[in-house]
Amino acid sequence: MPNLAHPAYPSAELLHLESLVPCRESQVSMLLSIFGERQHFSFPSIFIYGHTSSGKTYVMQTLLTTLQLPHVFVNCVEHFTSRLLLEEILIQLQSCSSGTEQTSPVHCDTLNDFVRLFKQTLASQELQDQTVYIVLDRAEQLREMEANILPAFLRLQELTDRNVTVILLSEIVWELFRPSIGCFEPFTMYFPDYSIGHLQKILSQNHPPEYSADFYAAYINILLGVFYMVCRDLKELRHLAALNFSKYCEPVVRGEANERDTRKLWKNIEPHLKKAMQTVYLREISSSQWERLQRDGGEPGQLKGLSAHTHMELPYYSKFLLIAAYLASYNPVRTDKRFFLKHHGKIRKTNFMKKHEKTSNHLLGPKPFPLDRLLAILYSIVDNRVAPTANIFSQVLMNLVLMYCLPHLLEMESRQPQMQTFTL
Amino acid sequence: MRPPPRPSSTRAPASLRELRMPPMKSTMSKRKLKESVEESAECISQVQKILRERFCHYCAAGKLFGMKQQYSHLLELLKRTTVHGESNSALIIGPRGSGKTALLNHVLEDLREMNQVRENLLEVHLNGLLQTNDKVALKEITRQLQLENVVGDKVFGSFAENLAFLLEALRRGNRTSSCPVLFVLDEFDLFVHHKNQSLLYNLFDISQSAQTPVTVIGLTCRQDILELLEKRVKSRFSHRQIYLMNSFDFKEYIKIFKKQLSLPAEFPDEAFAQKWNNNVQHLSEDKTVRDVLQKLFQHTKDLRSLHLLLMLAVSAVTTHHPLPTAADLQEASRQHSSDSRANIVHGLSVLEICLIIAMKHLNEVYDGEPFNFQMVYNEFQKFIQRKAHSMYNFEKPVVMKAFEHLLQLELVKPLERPSARAQREYLLMKLLLDSSQIMEALQVYPNCPTDVKQWAASSLSWL
Repeated sequence: MPNLAHPAYPSAELLHLESLVPCRESQVSMLLSIFGERQHFSFPSIFIYGHTSSGKTYVMQTLLTTLQLPHVFVNCVEHFTSRLLLEEILIQLQSCSSGTEQTSPVHCDTLNDFVRLFKQTLASQELQDQTVYIVLDRAEQLREMEANILPAFLRLQELTDRNVTVILLSEIVWELFRPSIGCFEPFTMYFPDYSIGHLQKILSQNHPPEYSADFYAAYINILLGVFYMVCRDLKELRHLAALNFSKYCEPVVRGEANERDTRKLWKNIEPHLKKAMQTVYLREISSSQWERLQRDGGEPGQLKGLSAHTHMELPYYSKFLLIAAYLASYNPVRTDKRFFLKHHGKIRKTNFMKKHEKTSNHLLGPKPFPLDRLLAILYSIVDNRVAPTANIFSQVLMNLVLMYCLPHLLEMESRQPQMQTFTL
Repeated sequence: MRPPPRPSSTRAPASLRELRMPPMKSTMSKRKLKESVEESAECISQVQKILRERFCHYCAAGKLFGMKQQYSHLLELLKRTTVHGESNSALIIGPRGSGKTALLNHVLEDLREMNQVRENLLEVHLNGLLQTNDKVALKEITRQLQLENVVGDKVFGSFAENLAFLLEALRRGNRTSSCPVLFVLDEFDLFVHHKNQSLLYNLFDISQSAQTPVTVIGLTCRQDILELLEKRVKSRFSHRQIYLMNSFDFKEYIKIFKKQLSLPAEFPDEAFAQKWNNNVQHLSEDKTVRDVLQKLFQHTKDLRSLHLLLMLAVSAVTTHHPLPTAADLQEASRQHSSDSRANIVHGLSVLEICLIIAMKHLNEVYDGEPFNFQMVYNEFQKFIQRKAHSMYNFEKPVVMKAFEHLLQLELVKPLERPSARAQREYLLMKLLLDSSQIMEALQVYPNCPTDVKQWAASSLSWL
């Protein structure tokens, strides 16, 4: 890719910018050509979309701060109501060109006030008609705010009659944003995902200085070989690379292999990475636990993730209750007679059953059942005679419910306990 | 090394340069070369400035196309208000980007230049996006008429009283009759949703009752706007509608393209302007450019999209590339019309692609009925057990994480909001891609394993 070149900005700054944004040169040059010179007008609104960690936020921030363009950067998840959002924009605007941190408190409830205060604040800054950029990150949250916020921001240049460009960054495509009565269409730009070559290049950049770049590049290769099919998110891969590198270096540190023994190193690291996929990747255990495990050299089988704690020993009646609840959830009601009574007849298959034979109940999920059906099934499956004292059973049931084995579906209209329905 | 000239600078430095040029004959050729490069840098900058303002900043200096009849109608209407003191109301209706605001701004500017118009035509510009209820609208009217001091802290019983007071206040001063007021309501269809439509009722009421010459002009994109008005509001409205329908054909569209891309006659560097305009003429006759314009014209007729395309092409103009070419326009068109969902699918991991293919098969077998994660996982397992050689059998939580990523990207949407009742695996969902999009995306997917591709193309269900 040729160097970024633009007449309005000094080439030293552009060179520095290029070094900060590897593999994103074409997007940056496109943005530069759209922005034009400082005083020129640009699109009133630009919508940039792309996958997570494809560099949208990072590139925008780096571009605007390196070239020192007047800008306001707001995250819509952090400022999730319209009032917070508008006030934050005005506060940041106050310190836009002056660079000082003195900001006076701003009170802005509605868009009407915002437009007025925006024009006032802009007039008080010495910007000489330079384009002001308002960047809204995680713009999909704008859809959750009031209905006029998104269309107003798309037209902000027209509403305020000033040189301002609004840039929206999001993962979601534009078609899911468009309001039903239409709006001012922004210029949509796509930040492509990184290819495997790009990922390798970027990940190999932060190699620790004590090892050579080739050694680290081989490690990244192995890591990508295991994880690339599952996940292409740069942040996740970087996290995994940082966590597992010490294990990879172990044979070299212990002197068993040197840096070029790729086969030995691979044999050492591969089961470790597979285990990482089941635990750290899924956030079953925290990264500090993982690192401690690596240091102590424990068996990977000893790892107890979060889901391991769901296996436990239950008392006698609770176990039967659980089994009864499982049966009640997955068996349709008409089969109860056949399974649980001593003298039953045969069930004839109706048309309905023949049509829906193939969709197994396990695919459709558990169905709700009333409490007395649960108790009836329980009585029939427990071998010895059970004293049907409601006291005991309600206590045991509540224990199970509290442990979230039976999520509770309460009917609010009918407060009688018999009408409570459960699912497994 | 001279610093590059600032774009907003006047022509003075250039003339100074001209003055300095004659004495140095030996270095004249070198300097002249530098001059031509620098001058064309300033030139290019001027070109960019003019064209960007034309395409991005919608000011009244823009031209109107295909609106002669509507223009004269509106001008006549407003002249009657300002010169003869008649009250009127009108609605300008047209799809988004058809030029309603541009038309109004043009007419207002022409009106202000007329001598017959008494200078005190008061304008109040309201916008449905900003004034979201009647109280805010009333405050805005007060502010724009600059009557805040007059109103002070008065409390009014009703909206009508307040408005009447404002209009009466305009009458004061040494005028025997009040000056005409023009109310412009942008996004008129949003005012219709206010409580009781009281602002609209009062404005139209005043425009009927001949005390103060008031004209109300509404701009809206909804064709069914009259059905949204309440009966009492509708009866006070004059039912005068001006329609803007983008009613030009392709020949006129090409003419508009030429006019919009050409430099104006007042451009300082005449030689360059001539070169530029000849190039534009050339482009408008070029077949590839015509194809690009035809494609855009068939998609949408409004000039806003044309401006977007032209802006993209103009942004590629630099000193090394001073004239736009057909390739620039083609590139701009390609950028503009890329399928966003296909782009997103391009960046998914192989596991996520497999889940999408599993959902596609489920849709085909069950005729588009909603599915849940358990069914998708089942389908995926069938593929792994029977056909896959390159895919490793991932554990269920890993597959769940990939599925949740698809949910986050909104490629898969749950039918109802996830609540605490249902478990996540059994929540019913539907896929927001259709199978042709998926197949096209798979064609361009990088490094797609062949067994995955074959599985996608197979139409038999594996039950």
